[in-house]
Amino acid sequence: MAGSTILPTLGIIDQLPLLTIAVPLVAGPLCVLFGNKHIAWVLAFVASLISFLFSAHMLLQVLDGDVLSYHLGGWAPPLGIEYRVDAANAFVLFLISGISTVILPYARKSVEHEIKKVSHTLFYCCYLLCFTGLLGVVVTGDAFNVFVFLEISSLSTYVLIAMGAERDRRALTSAYDYLILGTIGATFFVIGIGFLYIATGTLNMADLAVRLAGMEGNRTVQAGFAFIVVGMGLKAAIYPLHLWLPSAYTYASSVVTVFLAATATKAAIYVLLRFMFSVFQPEFVFETHILTFIIMPLAILAMFAASLIAAFQTDLKRLLAYSSVAQVGYMILGIGLATKISLSATIIHLFNHGITKAVLFMVVGAFVMQKGSSFAKNLNGLGKQMPWTCAAFVIGGLSLIGVPGTAGFISKWLLIDAALEEDLWWLALLIVMSSLLAVVYVWKIVEVLYMKQPEEGSVIGEVSISMLIPMWILTIACIYFGLNTELTLTSANVAADGLLGGGAQ
Amino acid sequence: MRHHLLLRVITKLLVGPIILFALYVQFHGDYSPGGGFQAGVIFAVAFILFGIVFGLTKVKQVFPPWIVHKLAALGVLIYAGTGIYSLMLGSTFLNYGAFTPAHPEHGQHWGILIVELGVGITVAAVMVAIYYAFAARPPVINDEEW
Repeated sequence: MAGSTILPTLGIIDQLPLLTIAVPLVAGPLCVLFGNKHIAWVLAFVASLISFLFSAHMLLQVLDGDVLSYHLGGWAPPLGIEYRVDAANAFVLFLISGISTVILPYARKSVEHEIKKVSHTLFYCCYLLCFTGLLGVVVTGDAFNVFVFLEISSLSTYVLIAMGAERDRRALTSAYDYLILGTIGATFFVIGIGFLYIATGTLNMADLAVRLAGMEGNRTVQAGFAFIVVGMGLKAAIYPLHLWLPSAYTYASSVVTVFLAATATKAAIYVLLRFMFSVFQPEFVFETHILTFIIMPLAILAMFAASLIAAFQTDLKRLLAYSSVAQVGYMILGIGLATKISLSATIIHLFNHGITKAVLFMVVGAFVMQKGSSFAKNLNGLGKQMPWTCAAFVIGGLSLIGVPGTAGFISKWLLIDAALEEDLWWLALLIVMSSLLAVVYVWKIVEVLYMKQPEEGSVIGEVSISMLIPMWILTIACIYFGLNTELTLTSANVAADGLLGGGAQ
Repeated sequence: MRHHLLLRVITKLLVGPIILFALYVQFHGDYSPGGGFQAGVIFAVAFILFGIVFGLTKVKQVFPPWIVHKLAALGVLIYAGTGIYSLMLGSTFLNYGAFTPAHPEHGQHWGILIVELGVGITVAAVMVAIYYAFAARPPVINDEEW
């Protein structure tokens, strides 16, 4: 063939960075075209599973420090859009697609229970678009493309949250709050990108990194950096910018909360990491003193304030939402320390907290399903009636606290390690103390579940097996990744190396 | 609307040319300003104008909401499908040159035409869907619903 000399033929392996995104992107509109909720679910599950397998394959490819680069439309970077996969984003892709694949079997029953029948097809369509957007934010190596995918995921997230209105009308106002704050965040982000574009004339992240070197004193670049950090900080729910999160998580339907809690803020943290350490050189970030004077204090504030607020909540969903804000604090703390170990800690906590929170919110979803409420006062003595669900909560709770043998322990251990390495023993102490606050709110719920007597004459059974299995897959993952840290630690270490060693070059 | 003779006659006169103009903007987009997005909006305007003058029920008979929703999805699929097709030819996503390897410019011409068609369909459908959603909105929310 004459053409084969002009255009090199690519195999499926070369197409993986793109296919991971394209499969759910195509499945989304297909759901609407078929217009059947059963087909929509099957499409969502299959697309998610395919993405997961592709991400897993990419993760294995990049674990030895390789970088996969994919040029959209055959236009070479820096002009064209580039998808660039290294250990940092392959690991986050693996988390997002993995969580989604496990959630969908659980979603089937829960969605049927919480969302009105006519919207089921559209629910799965929005879910797939949100999934596509989150994967896209992570996979792309083009700064403006991040914004585009961010909008895809955000817009579908607003719809998904608003769909919780069937159960509680307050979902509408919380979706609206998130709409306003999320749009401000995205706007700040794109203003920041605009400033960088003015200063450098490029949007490709690797190219930006090269051109930004030596521009530390440039006011435009500094302002751009500030806009990007604040914009993404809003999306990641860094402590004083977290106000959208508790209501959004509380009033969204259970499946949406599980999915968002485990993935959405994680993708934003990843973008922060990418911009702070591989687009901007670490020297630039130190120069501005943002780490010592802004990021670290906010992280510590989040760890304590949000945990304290969580301890006083009566709604289990809201309690866990505030706990998420506190956990984001730990991830930000890792960014603030900015050593290799602390970045590993951030990346590994991103993963471990993702699976832990998914378990906990799945348990709450099961309570909502069987009991119709997530308020602590309605959950008295459920430990006997729903033994498997409550056991999953206990294990998830232990992982949230960071008890040895669970995934949460590994990330906190690394974080303490990073603090001690810098001789910040007081910081290590603060990490342990804030973990004690987690004990308070987890114990509060465990007490309600196991020590209180159930209401007279209430007959509540276990949830169906199709919800229990996904819940327990993640529960076992919580323990597995606490005992066998080979995959997570290697990925996190390679990712941190890539980020600090100018991985974008 | 029975009495507004002028409005009714002019609207009926305008709807056709508006749609025609939309198609012109759509398919002439690679030579002159325009393209899928602009064409889609102009196309939708024809229906929105019709709806404003003759009422929501009438326009929904002409362009039923279920078709609007399917079209919105179809446009995205046309766009993504073009990309997938170039993947299947062994090239990168949306690399139109792969359609006619002997003469990549032809492929690029076809590619952009199809992709813009997808954009046009989706934009038109979404604009109409937004109009339906706003126009069909119940006037007040009952106290019980909160």
